[in-house]
Amino acid sequence: MTHAGGYVADSRIRAIEWLPWVLAVICFFAAPTYVPLGSYVLTMIIFALSLDLILGYGGIITLGHSAYFGAGAYAAGIFAARVTGEPLLGLLVGTLAAGLLGLITGLIILRTRGLALLMLTLAITSLCLEVANKATDWTGGADGLGGFKVQPILGLFKFDFLGKTAYLYCLVVLFLCWWLVRRLVYSPFGASLTGVRENNVRMHAVGAPVYQRLVISYTISAAMAGLGGALLTQTTQFVGLKVLGFELSGELMVMLILGGVGRIYGAFVGPLAYLVAQDYLAKQFPEYWYFGIGAMLVLVVMFARGGILGIIDALIARVRSRPS
Amino acid sequence: MSAALETRRLCKSFGALTVAEQIDFRLEPGARHALIGPNGAGKTTFVNMLTGRLAPTSGQILIGDEDITTLGQVARVKRGLGRTFQINTLFRNVSVVDNVAFAVAEREGVAWSMFRPASAYRDVLEESMALLDTLGLAADARLAVAGLPYGKQRLVEIAIALGLKPRVLLLDEPAAGVPTMESHRILEVLDALPKDIAILIIEHDMDLVFRFAQRITVLTQGAVLFEGTPAEIAADKHVREVYLGERHV
Amino acid sequence: MQEFLASLVSVAFHGLAYGMILYVISVGLSVTMGLMGFVNLAHGVFAMAGGYVMLSAMNSFGVPFPLALAAAFIAVALASMVLERLLYARLYTAGELEQVLFTIGLIFMSVAVARLAYGPLPQPVHLPEYLKGQLHFLGRDFPAYRVFLIVFSVSIVGLLWFGVERTRWGAMVRAAVDFRAMAQAVGINTSRLFALTFALGSGLAALGGALGADIIAIQPTYPFEHLVYFLIVVAVGGLGSLRGPFVAALLIGVADTACKYWVPEFGAFFIFFATIAVLLWRPEGLFGKEAA
Repeated sequence: MTHAGGYVADSRIRAIEWLPWVLAVICFFAAPTYVPLGSYVLTMIIFALSLDLILGYGGIITLGHSAYFGAGAYAAGIFAARVTGEPLLGLLVGTLAAGLLGLITGLIILRTRGLALLMLTLAITSLCLEVANKATDWTGGADGLGGFKVQPILGLFKFDFLGKTAYLYCLVVLFLCWWLVRRLVYSPFGASLTGVRENNVRMHAVGAPVYQRLVISYTISAAMAGLGGALLTQTTQFVGLKVLGFELSGELMVMLILGGVGRIYGAFVGPLAYLVAQDYLAKQFPEYWYFGIGAMLVLVVMFARGGILGIIDALIARVRSRPS
Repeated sequence: MSAALETRRLCKSFGALTVAEQIDFRLEPGARHALIGPNGAGKTTFVNMLTGRLAPTSGQILIGDEDITTLGQVARVKRGLGRTFQINTLFRNVSVVDNVAFAVAEREGVAWSMFRPASAYRDVLEESMALLDTLGLAADARLAVAGLPYGKQRLVEIAIALGLKPRVLLLDEPAAGVPTMESHRILEVLDALPKDIAILIIEHDMDLVFRFAQRITVLTQGAVLFEGTPAEIAADKHVREVYLGERHV
Repeated sequence: MQEFLASLVSVAFHGLAYGMILYVISVGLSVTMGLMGFVNLAHGVFAMAGGYVMLSAMNSFGVPFPLALAAAFIAVALASMVLERLLYARLYTAGELEQVLFTIGLIFMSVAVARLAYGPLPQPVHLPEYLKGQLHFLGRDFPAYRVFLIVFSVSIVGLLWFGVERTRWGAMVRAAVDFRAMAQAVGINTSRLFALTFALGSGLAALGGALGADIIAIQPTYPFEHLVYFLIVVAVGGLGSLRGPFVAALLIGVADTACKYWVPEFGAFFIFFATIAVLLWRPEGLFGKEAA
């Protein structure tokens, strides 16, 4: 069984689960030039975690998760431009805005399933993109929204040129998200989401309020995506229409699939592998990069449905089963 | 005394096609009752109306004294109505014990809990394990359902329903697809079910029906053709013609 | 009043042209999704490929327009048949997620190939002289190209509907959409049927992409940008239906044109709102089969 959680799972944190954090701190000191890229990776991990919660656990296939990332990003940007540049308040505003959007849209669209649901997620993102594109007074339209100041965190830590503060800020927020997701996944609530993904019909038959469960998890996921979006806005001090695009949703899906769906750390490995590779390859060979991503996706679907972590699992299993 | 489950003049039609016609049916507390009938007799429709997946055109459904006709599936489960499925409807990539624990957790009302680990709910796990033990599945508890042999998967079907501690249990062809050689295992499990559960079994395997049921209702073309004890059913000429005859020719 | 009437006619006309193109492109998607139950997000790739084939043939090799159009249909239909046998067919029984991922992968690959081969800019469209001018009827001028486009699409649609209603192939497709297991049981070779239907649907998409090259610009981002519209046509119209997507495509074509003409500040809002409303009201689409 690859998914975490359930009533027999040991929910204590294993030693290896500290590895990502140790690596993150080592990277901070060892590779200062990569710190801005690192912040972006950390942000996308938050976004990927949020998708994993509804896709990997709830089984909701969405093509429009960027709606919530974008909502959080724009809410934080507009808040910084119009109200105050206080970052923690900005994060809160971004999270709440996306969570509210998630709750409202979730209540509407989660009544459907299959193609209709897929379409509705896509239609909602398209709608949000259109809003951001047309409401130029608020969003800057196609030019994007920038020029706002973000104040020091807690009045103490200024965002510096090298992006060091931003990196640590992202790392702390990610840590909190990881803690939350981990709690959720190992909880009875998380187990019931797995039940919904595995068999919707049976979940109804054991008396589970499936719709309500999905709406709640969708709202949490949307809020977390919005948190990621708000982080991106604050650390780059800019929001553009890209945060709402279908391509971002697609890329996010690719990252999660690459890492491994429904297993928390897939959301860590995927964005890291994807974005680091992109940083090396995409600038030199952008066309080949997209081709490679496409080909990889096709290959993963055909041959390695568990992603990178799935492959590692399989290798470990093979080594162990070899007679010594 | 009120019945465990009762229908009054229950009707269902799709346009001009009537699939359930004035069905009056009583399932007594603790009953062992079988519902039989040829294919297309309306058994599945009847079960779907009982569980709330399908709304009747007219008539009433009651659990105890309470009219549940307009209640949804989930509300009926909360009132003690459990069911199994003719085609395995399991959480395939999840361990056997979790399959049961999901049901137990819903019944206990702990499934909304978000911050305590599921493994901290020892009572849910222990109850699920105890249940699996009574069905002879304890050794398989930690295996994924998808890897179990088919016969054992049929038992997991029953185990999940029992995890709800139902007052009324609908068994939809529990032995469907199980070779005759192995169906005795299913029968053993059925025989050992708690006596206070009222059981309605829908089954094609006549040996199983006659060994298990104390009462049998025969359904044809959406209407009740006959109801009685197994002996009465076996003796009734009409039933033999319509149903038993057809099957044994 | 006179002016309003004129703009009304103009919007209806341009909307009709756009709607017909949307239909020719999307109808194949409706049939393949209904017939094979396959969520093919990469359908727009075939339309884009059709556009590129036609424009390359015309611009680089001086092939006349009608021949280039035919070449687009044939080349893409053949290529898609290979793709179907090699890749798609393996995923018919896979889950929705796998199909979605696989087809997104195809989109990424095709976008990259298009950019490598043609660069990021839209391809120039040089219409033949006889389609350039205006046609004068009903006391008004209409661009000849769009008139041709509507007439040509209508005849294609007529042929298609005739094919599905009256031929043996059509009967098999209808049977297989309604009762797949039954169709297999009575000896219909479903894998050949699937391959042929898939090729025809992709070929039509190519034809639509090529025909509409002047309306929907042929550029590498095509399959991403217009996917929403193709999917909306299918989802709103109803899977597996021919008439549903037709009605949906025309509605969307006219409504989108009208919105952009009269209330440009609202952009595509109306379309997305309408889509959401329809799907909530009838999740299976306007003309879709009720879920059993």
